[in-house]
Amino acid sequence: MTALDNYVAPTSLEQAVVQLQELGEVTILAGGTDLMPQSHAGRVKFKRTLMNIRRIPELRGISREGDEIRIGALTTITEMMAHPLVREHLPLLAQAADHFASDQIRNAGTVGGNICNASPAGDTLVPLMVLGAHVELASKPDDTLFRRSMPLPEFFVGPGKTRLAPAELLTAVRIPIPPKGFVARFHKFGTRPALDISAISIGVAGVLKDGKLSQVRVAFGAVAPTPVCGCATEEALEGKKLDAATIAAAAKAAQDEVHPISDVRASAWYRKEMIHNMTRRILEDVSANH
Amino acid sequence: MSQQTINFTLNGVPTRVSVPVQMSALEMIRNVAGLTGTKYGCGEGECGACTIILDGVSLNSCLLFAVECDGRQVTTIEGLAADPVGLRIEKAFVEAGAVQCGFCTPGMVMQARQLLEQNPHPSREEIQRGIEGNLCRCTGYVKIIDAIEAASKE
Repeated sequence: MTALDNYVAPTSLEQAVVQLQELGEVTILAGGTDLMPQSHAGRVKFKRTLMNIRRIPELRGISREGDEIRIGALTTITEMMAHPLVREHLPLLAQAADHFASDQIRNAGTVGGNICNASPAGDTLVPLMVLGAHVELASKPDDTLFRRSMPLPEFFVGPGKTRLAPAELLTAVRIPIPPKGFVARFHKFGTRPALDISAISIGVAGVLKDGKLSQVRVAFGAVAPTPVCGCATEEALEGKKLDAATIAAAAKAAQDEVHPISDVRASAWYRKEMIHNMTRRILEDVSANH
Repeated sequence: MSQQTINFTLNGVPTRVSVPVQMSALEMIRNVAGLTGTKYGCGEGECGACTIILDGVSLNSCLLFAVECDGRQVTTIEGLAADPVGLRIEKAFVEAGAVQCGFCTPGMVMQARQLLEQNPHPSREEIQRGIEGNLCRCTGYVKIIDAIEAASKE
């Protein structure tokens, strides 16, 4: 068994990806808010090297690049919540950030960390999915920096498991600026507003024109091993007039397409009921307020 | 086990310590630097008893790796003795009777300090939101909120 016996704190992306390639067995440290308790509880074993990526300036900052907003992986939840570009173009994300854990954890936890932890209940994941986010990945297998991008839903493999290659770093998340008429809702359901792992969460987004929703995206959290797309629900809504019949059909589709488990936070039956009722409630709210 | 030497400012004092890389900032502050005002409550970020201020933002020190303090400014409850706003909050806690067993108090005071830094005149609701990451099992929070409100009005 290898033990943690090395610590590195690279100060550039280039240095980090070179070290990742050379050192092999590396645990990445960003905000630490999950790594610390997970490692104490024995759920995450440290690899030989602990790499603190917080000193890498390229991983910070929020900017507009063409028709996209780029959020650096090290952006804290607090920074994301307060940023003018997020508040203007992606209010759904600011709202989700406001319901994230507590002030102390928002100040430390990072967007990149929330994504790489790949928790089925990760609070930014469902909103990012319905906003059409892509993750930006970087590595340096040979002499040149290699970057690739992937739609967020494809990135998740299972609880705590992603498609991130061993020598790869998640550098940012990119979100297209929503078109005119875009509506989006996120609802997180737990037992208290603060510091709660959600029993379920739902995101719904689309373009509303003449009472019809199009380009619909639906995602659910905490009902499967990863956050999942609500493809059948999307189909029940796409191009249809958002009336009582459509809403009822969509809520039924949502309930039928999720396969949650029973655990300490909620039973499978309750989760399915909540998915049904909350989907209906969100859609009724969209229909009533536009 | 790998040790790492870090240099940082602890309550205004330049400090140099050697720590195991997986050690939390809380363990470092209490057991290496010897400042025991910061409390260990839950060890997983639920209770806020270990709240410190790092470069101007409040954090759970139990979730922070000690190595991450390298090159940074760390303020603990002991450091508020040199801070007029900090002293005002402490006095208000005493006067409002916002302390019973006292275990949550250092974290509450630190988070109140952070709240008043960002929002010098918060509403009661904003105070409630501000301390949502801090648990108190004795008081029922009312007197804590009273104390923070009083400190903001002085």
